[in-house]
Amino acid sequence: MDEQYKTTLAADRAPVIEPGYTFGTVTEKISAIVLTRPASNGWFVGFGIAFLLTMMMLFAIGYLFLKGVGVWGDTTPIGWGFEIVNFVWWIGIGHAGTLISAILLLLRQPWRNSINRFAEAMTLFAVACAGIFPAIHVGRPWLAYWMFPIPNTMGVWPQFRSPLMWDVFAVSTYATISALFWFIGLIPDLATLRDRSEHPALRMIYGMLSMGWRGSARHWHRYETMYLLLAGLATPLVLSVHTVVSFDFAIGIVPGWHTTIFPPYFVAGAIYSGFAMVLMLAIPIRKIYGLEDFITERHLQNSAKVMLATGLIVAYGYGIEAFMGWYSGDRYDAFTLWNRLHGPYAVSYWALLICNIFVPQVLWIRKLRTSPIALFFVSGVILVGMWLERFIIVVLSLHRDFLTSSWGMYYPTRWDWMTYIGTIGMFLAAMFLFLRILPAISIFEMRTLLPEAEVKE
Amino acid sequence: MKRDPIYGVMAEFDSAQALVDAARKTHEAGYQKIDAYSPFPIEGLAEEIGFHHDEVPLVVLIGGIVGGCTGYLMQWWISVVDYPLNIGGKPYHAWPAFIVITFEMTILFAGISAVFGMLALNGLPMPYHPVFNVPRFSSASKDRFFLIVFSSDKKYDALGTRKFLEGLAPRSVSEVPS
Repeated sequence: MDEQYKTTLAADRAPVIEPGYTFGTVTEKISAIVLTRPASNGWFVGFGIAFLLTMMMLFAIGYLFLKGVGVWGDTTPIGWGFEIVNFVWWIGIGHAGTLISAILLLLRQPWRNSINRFAEAMTLFAVACAGIFPAIHVGRPWLAYWMFPIPNTMGVWPQFRSPLMWDVFAVSTYATISALFWFIGLIPDLATLRDRSEHPALRMIYGMLSMGWRGSARHWHRYETMYLLLAGLATPLVLSVHTVVSFDFAIGIVPGWHTTIFPPYFVAGAIYSGFAMVLMLAIPIRKIYGLEDFITERHLQNSAKVMLATGLIVAYGYGIEAFMGWYSGDRYDAFTLWNRLHGPYAVSYWALLICNIFVPQVLWIRKLRTSPIALFFVSGVILVGMWLERFIIVVLSLHRDFLTSSWGMYYPTRWDWMTYIGTIGMFLAAMFLFLRILPAISIFEMRTLLPEAEVKE
Repeated sequence: MKRDPIYGVMAEFDSAQALVDAARKTHEAGYQKIDAYSPFPIEGLAEEIGFHHDEVPLVVLIGGIVGGCTGYLMQWWISVVDYPLNIGGKPYHAWPAFIVITFEMTILFAGISAVFGMLALNGLPMPYHPVFNVPRFSSASKDRFFLIVFSSDKKYDALGTRKFLEGLAPRSVSEVPS
C-alpha cells in the first residue's frame, strides 16, 4: 500500500484519546496547566497585546459615546455598517461551541469531549463581543435599555413584531444558556481543582465555585439528566438564534436581503466560521500545552470535514442567490447580483468567493486535512471570508437599492476598525485568562473516554 | 436531637467496576441509606444504590411551560391591551411574530430550571459535608471510587457494617466523622 495513503488512513483511524492514560494521569495533565505550570513569557506577551487591543476598543467606544455615531462610516443610505457586520460575525463564531457541546452530545460523538470546554468558552466570549455592538450602535446608547420590556413610567413598550426585538430575546437567551451550560459543565472539574490546589485561597475559591460537589452517584444521575436536557434545549436554540439574526435581514424588503435562503444559509455559515475559530484556537493550544494526545488528528479531521460540509452549503447559498437574481426576473434582484460582481465593492465579492468557496476545497485532500499548519491557514481564510460575506450582505444591499438617487458609498472609519480589532483583542484576552484559570479540557468527560470507565452489568 | 458522632463508614475502591459490584452487594445485603462517589458519572450506579425517581425532567418541563406562557402572555398583553401600535394596519395580535420570542422564553426558562433545579434537588451548594473530613476522599475527584453506608441506616452497626465493607475487598475502609 502507498506510504502516504497508509499515514492518512491512520489519521482516519486516529484515536479520540491516545492510549496509555489513567484517570490519574488525565487529571494530572489537564489540571497541571492551571495549578502548577508557570505562566510563560509567551503567555504574557500574548495577553499583553490582547489587553492593549481591549483598551483600544474601550477608547474607541468612549469616543463614540462622546461624539456620536457620526464617527463611524454609517451614513445615508448605509445605516448599518461595521457594527452589524461584526455583530453577525461574532454571533456566528459562537455557534460552533454550542454545536460541539450540545449537538455532538446528542449525536453521541466521543470526540467532542476534549474540545467542548474551550469551544464553549469561545462561544461565551464571542457572544460577549457580539453583544457590545447592538448596545453601542444606537444613536442614544443611554436609552439602550428601551430594547427590553421593562415596566416604565413613560407608558411605552417595545414592538414585538420586529425581528430586532426577536434578536434581543434570542441573543440574551443564547448568552444565558451558554453561560449556564459552560459553568455547570465546569462544576465537577472545579471540584477536582479544589481537591488538588495547595494554596488555601485557591482551595477556597474553587471550593465555593464548585458548590461542594462531591461526586455522589445520585448527584451525577441528576447532573447527567440535566446535561442531556440542556443539550436538547441548546440545539434548537442555536439553530434559532442565527435564524433570528438572519431575519434581521430577511424580513426587510431590500433586494439581496428579502430571501428565504437566509436562515439555513446563515446557520451553515455560522457553523462554518465557528469551526474555523475552534481550529484556530485548538491548533496552537494543543501544541503549546502539549495536549496532542487529547486533541488528536481525529479532532482536526472531523472539524475539517464539518467545515467542508458547511462550506458547501454556504456555496449553495451563494449559487441560489445568483440563480434567483436571474430566474426571478426582478430587475432589482438582478442588479444586486450585477453590482456584487462589477460594482464598486466587486473586489470584496470576488475575495469572498475565493476565501469561502475555492480555498477551503483543499480540505478534500486528506493530507491537508490532517496538517495542523494547513488547517490553521485555511481556517484563517474562512474567517476572513465569512467576515466579507457579512460585509457584502449588509453594505452592498444598502448602498444601492431601489432608487438611484439614494445611492451612496460606505467607507469605514478608523473608529470602526479600532472597535472591531479591539473586540478581537477582548476575545483573545478572555481566552488567555481562561487558559490560565480554568481547565481548558473537560477532565471528567475525558475520564469517561478511558477503557477503565467501562462498567459491565 | 443528638447527632451521631460518626456519620458513616466508607470504603475506597480502585475501579469503577469494583464500586458498582460493591454497591450492588451492599444494597442486596439490605442497606438502604448508602451513597457512592466517583470522579465521573457511572451508568447504572445510581440505580444500584436505590435511586429511582429523577425529578429533573419534570422541573424542566414545568419551567419550559411557564416560560412559553409568560413569553406569549407578555407579548399579547403588551401588543393587544396595553400599548397597541398601528404599524401599517397589521393586526395587533400578530401571533406568527410572537412565536419567536415565545420559543426563546421557553428555552430560557427551561434551561434555567434545568440548572437551578438540578442544583436544588442535589442540595447544592453545600460546601461542607462530613465525607470531606476523610483525607483520602480528596482523590474521589481524581481516580478513586467510594461507597458509604450512613449511620442513620436501620441495619447500621459500627462493627458489623465495617466488617461487611471489608469483605468487599476495598482499598481501605474509613470512619467518617460528622
